[in-house]
Order: sequence, then C-alpha cells, then structure tokens
Amino acid sequence: MADTVNIKADSVLDVKGLCCPMPVVKAKKAIGTIEVGQVLEVIGTDVGSKGDMPAWAKRAGHEFLGMTEEEGGEVFHFFVRRGK
Amino acid sequence: MAQRLAIIATKGTLDMAYPPLILASTAVSMDMEAGIFFTLYGMDILNKKKNGHLKVAPLGNPAMPMPVPNLVGAIPGMTAMATTMMKGMIKKISWPTIPELLDICHEGGVKLWPCQPSMEMMNIRQQDLIPEAEEAIGAATYLEYAAQADVTLAF
Repeated sequence: MADTVNIKADSVLDVKGLCCPMPVVKAKKAIGTIEVGQVLEVIGTDVGSKGDMPAWAKRAGHEFLGMTEEEGGEVFHFFVRRGK
Repeated sequence: MAQRLAIIATKGTLDMAYPPLILASTAVSMDMEAGIFFTLYGMDILNKKKNGHLKVAPLGNPAMPMPVPNLVGAIPGMTAMATTMMKGMIKKISWPTIPELLDICHEGGVKLWPCQPSMEMMNIRQQDLIPEAEEAIGAATYLEYAAQADVTLAF
C-alpha cells in the first residue's frame, strides 16, 4: 500500500455517519465525476469501509492507494485513483 | 463481460427486504450486473402501496430484542411496536428507506423482476408495482439469467 501522507485528492466525498452500503454507492457515483487517473478521497466513519473500500476499488477497476485513520480511530480517509 | 449477481427475494418483511437490495445496489456500484427476482411475499417490496409500510413481527422471532416474552408478540399492536423499534434501529445507522433503496438499485441498473405466477396468485397487476419494476417473468427466464451468474443468493 502506498504512503497516503502526500496524496493530493482531486475530489473529496464526505460519507461520515453513513454505513454499508452507502459509502460504496456514493463512492461509485463520485468517482464518475473525476477523470481517469485522478484521485478521490472518501472520508467516513463506517469501520466496515476499511474492508469495503479496497474491495469496491478492486472489483470496479480502480486503484486503492491507501487510507489514514484520524486520531481516536473514528474517522477514516480512503484514497482511490480512478482506473477506468 | 461483467460479473453477475442473481438474487431471489421471497420475504416481504421489513428486515428481509434490506439484504437483497443492499447486495444488489453494492454489486452495481462494483460494476457487476445484478438482478432480483421477487416472488411470493417478496412481491410486497415492489408493491408501491405496500413497500413504504413493510413490517416486522416479534412473534416467532427470538432474535428481535423486544422487552417482553416472545408469546406476548401475538397480542395486537406488538407487530406495530416491533416495526417502530426496527425503524428506529434503521434510522440510527442512517440506512435509506426501502423505496429509497429501490431507487438507488434502479438508478444503478439493477433489474427488478416480479414473478408472474405470484402476481396471479395474489391478484397483483403491473400498475400496482413501482414503475421501475420490469415486466413479470417466470422461473425459466430467471434461471436463464442466473445460469450466467457468478454469484446467486436467495432470501
């Protein structure tokens, strides 16, 4: 997994407070609004997304760049590069 | 060719309406194809007069965290109470309502098929269903779709 510290997102999606399936459903929509090669940052609080985001990215043909966890472990930032 | 998910939904209770719709909406978000065959009481999920008012019964449902003995669930009003409780649980995790989730599925391209014999058995007409529902199909049509599927599920 790549270092996420220096990743600059082209678009940010806030799904805080939402749980499965909504982060993935909304990420699918959001990644359609950026260009291939650009990066989407998804900010959420659903702990299940730690597994769901990489699984979604892999199956949908995008590159999961990694995630960071804010202090306290309650907010997650996921970085996905649009692959197709 | 995209991978495919084929689902059968046979239950029309509030709790059992969610899993097929959640998995189908997730599948299309993952660029898979997905189709749901609604049969028997599962037809209520497509029924535009009923799908906003699905219920969950506490009777015979020991997993439901009701504050009374299970048999008390037979008393009138207990199903409404359990349903209110479940709606509270659903709201707490910000899940969409069933009609909203159907919209999400349809927008993502999920095929929503009513079962033809179930329609006849229960006197349901196409106009009783949400406009997003496909025309009713039979078992062979579903199996032809499911035979090409990578994942099949039944609820």
